[in-house]
Amino acid sequence: MPSFVIVEKCDGCKALDKTACQHICPNDLMVLNKDLMKAYNREPEMCWECYNCVKICPTQAVEVRGYADFVPLGATVSPLRSSDSIMWTVKFRNGTLKRFKFPIRTTQEGSAVPDGGFATGTDDLKSPVLFSEPASSGMAAIPGLMK
Amino acid sequence: MANFETREVTTDLLIVGGGMAACGAAVEAAYWAKKKGLKVTLVDKAAMDRSGAVAMGLSAINQYVGLKDGQNTLKDYVDYVRNDLMGITREDLVANIARHVDSSVHLFEKWGLPIWKDEKGGYVHEGRWQLMINGESYKVIVAEAAKTALGTENIYERIFITEPIMNDDKCVGAVGFSVRENVFYVFKAKAVLVAMGGAVHVFKPRSSGEGLGRAWYPPWNSGSSAYFTLKAGAEMTCQEVRFIPVRFKDAYGPVGAWFLLFKSRATNGMDENYMETRKGELEKWVPYGKVKPVPANLRNWLMLLDVMDGKGPIFMRTEEAINNIAAAYKEDPAGYKKKMKELETEAWEDFLDMTISQAILWAATNVAPEEAKSEIAAAEPYFIGSHSGASGAWVSGPEDLQTDATKPVYFWGYAHMATVPGIFCAGDASGASIHKFSSGSHAEGRIAAKEAIRYCVDHPEAPAVDAKVVEELKARILKPLDIFAQHSKYSSDPDIHPEYIRPKMFMFRLQKIMDEYAGGVTAQFKTSKAQLQKGMTLLQFLKEDSEKLAAEDLHELMRCWENVQRMWQAEAHVRTILFREETRWPGYYFRTDTPTMKEDWLAFANITWNPKTGEWIPKKVPVLYINDKL
Ligand SMILES: Cc1cc2nc3c(=O)[nH]c(=O)nc-3n(C[C@H](O)[C@H](O)[C@H](O)COP(=O)(O)OP(=O)(O)OC[C@H]3O[C@@H](n4cnc5c(N)ncnc54)[C@H](O)[C@@H]3O)c2cc1C
Ligand code: SF4
Ligand code: SF4
Repeated sequence: MPSFVIVEKCDGCKALDKTACQHICPNDLMVLNKDLMKAYNREPEMCWECYNCVKICPTQAVEVRGYADFVPLGATVSPLRSSDSIMWTVKFRNGTLKRFKFPIRTTQEGSAVPDGGFATGTDDLKSPVLFSEPASSGMAAIPGLMK
Repeated sequence: MANFETREVTTDLLIVGGGMAACGAAVEAAYWAKKKGLKVTLVDKAAMDRSGAVAMGLSAINQYVGLKDGQNTLKDYVDYVRNDLMGITREDLVANIARHVDSSVHLFEKWGLPIWKDEKGGYVHEGRWQLMINGESYKVIVAEAAKTALGTENIYERIFITEPIMNDDKCVGAVGFSVRENVFYVFKAKAVLVAMGGAVHVFKPRSSGEGLGRAWYPPWNSGSSAYFTLKAGAEMTCQEVRFIPVRFKDAYGPVGAWFLLFKSRATNGMDENYMETRKGELEKWVPYGKVKPVPANLRNWLMLLDVMDGKGPIFMRTEEAINNIAAAYKEDPAGYKKKMKELETEAWEDFLDMTISQAILWAATNVAPEEAKSEIAAAEPYFIGSHSGASGAWVSGPEDLQTDATKPVYFWGYAHMATVPGIFCAGDASGASIHKFSSGSHAEGRIAAKEAIRYCVDHPEAPAVDAKVVEELKARILKPLDIFAQHSKYSSDPDIHPEYIRPKMFMFRLQKIMDEYAGGVTAQFKTSKAQLQKGMTLLQFLKEDSEKLAAEDLHELMRCWENVQRMWQAEAHVRTILFREETRWPGYYFRTDTPTMKEDWLAFANITWNPKTGEWIPKKVPVLYINDKL
């Protein structure tokens, strides 16, 4: 069932106009059953196990159960994502537990400036030099063919 | 016809797709458009934060040339790419991307992407061209800059783009539909930048049950780029050059860190290293068989020879690699422990950042990589022109990287513009310029966007869209809904009906044809003229039946068109393999009736579908190098 929704934990994103899991799934798989106000994966066999629905759910209602046609039962991999890092808990079939924490970004969410602070080096639309170049390349000029 | 509102959006530059290339295009186009008073609009079928092949994240940036520190030269990169693709490479395009890619990487770092650093503050390399990153939020960060540049009011998410709008031979926009509400979208534009990724599920995947979606390539990229450019009448290139990655078996976890960073070997069921025992085979593929690193497809081939001889399974020797690295710390127990912990973390992060399924599979099978080897295998074929396949549109090179010899063949006015005026391509959408990966796709998006803005300035006339053409497109695109509405009540099971076919079964039919006749997994990647011709016959029936696709709702309507797109990608592929009468990439496909590489095929096999006549026209185009001028 790749991603699945734990009925008890899903609150249908409190009936806001779009649910988080539905908003994020790159393959348009997560949908809300409006009668039950519970989300579900409508095409589990088209799921990439990308975990985006898992990471985004505000109530941690979505989990992933490895593809049943080749993954033995009993393991879980669960993320907890904050604004600057992600913590993974890996539970093995034999009960072994491993935890890993990785940084995910070095700047404040929402702070990415398109030119990255690099000065624009050209006004010429015909030049091959791009808007943040040559500064963002770290070179004095963008190389071309030898004369 | 189904009752859909038509919504029109008029813009100057339309970017279709929201992945790495489109995000690069967005930041660059926004800058130049503002200067010139132009409007830029972007359309994605999903949410840009997590759309495309980088949706899950990545653990490495695979293209970084290191020009500023003199680590490598442009020529080094071009030589590497040409050899990896057995000579079939547009060096002007590869060099163009390579001279801008470091810029994109430096921007990613400023935006907040954590790139690993060594003690001296330099980037940690996975291999010569690859940088290690903590890439869980890679796409989120890159999309953030793109969204800020464009403004959310210029971004349309959850709109599935189907067709180009043509006015004679010129592209004047694109149509699509919302997968959330009954709205048909008409985007009128002076130029369209195509960046809708490559294609998966054209071939039958190894897994066919619940794990069907676990292809190496994400199931949501369905050949939209190839279909769009083909339907516009653009010349396509390298449609035969699919990519088959070797990955950890079944969950397709990445092997790059194991081979490059941990220096692991792969051995067969008899503990033999096929790279050594099969070395002689490389002689048959000279000069490329002799270059270092051995081209990806030849490494595949040596492994496949073992598999075909029944010498599998093939294993990544993780236990050996880890212990080799740790051996240096034998005398220092504390250092040893620390190093082992570090290696373990790196190995798991590699999966958790980009193929979480592999972490689940290892946990579910109690794998301790320091103790036991893990199985690897060749996946199924994919179309991904930005990675190690080369399929895509045939685009113009930049003027300043042409020689006297290349210019008449490779240059027509605007860099990275297709042969159809007004269509620009980047990432998986543009062909013959492999090894762009995430960073190079972003850089190519930027290059193409600047040129597309220049095109809009040079061609200021408003896009002339014929209302009749749009009405016809709308009727055709919504037809699967009409078919379902009209017929579905006839049988007690709406899945099984004599008048129509639903998209899932249509996809299985396509995959079966491709798998068995065009050299998929079942055929052990082998095919021949006779096989391909049989495949073509079956594809023609499928094409006729595509008129009878039925959709119950918007989601299924998208699935219908995704599979039509896959079918077109399939046809371009089969026709081009037929045209190229040799075998050049034995580890990607092997033509048993023409089993060797031929001198006179050191050429591009291009193909064009003529929108007026419906004819497919293959064409041989010379391969011309610029490496001696770099
Ligand atoms: C499993 C895997 C691992 C990889 N590992 C690495 C790595 O470690 N390092 C690295 O540098 N590169 C890696 N790559 C390569 C990298 O991901 C690609 O080169 C890059 O994403 C290509 O960019 P693109 O913009 O062409 O396509 P994508 O990034 O895939 O974007 C395609 C976009 O088009 C949209 N779209 C598709 N169809 C439609 C439609 N009909 N209408 C509207 N929008 C549509 C999608 O939603 C998406 O936004 C990997 C790729 C894969 C698949
Ligand atoms: S995001 Fe979570 S809570 Fe919201 S609908 Fe989805 S599963 Fe339910
Ligand atoms: S894991 Fe990814 S593909 Fe699967 S339902 Fe969740 S978001 Fe969609």
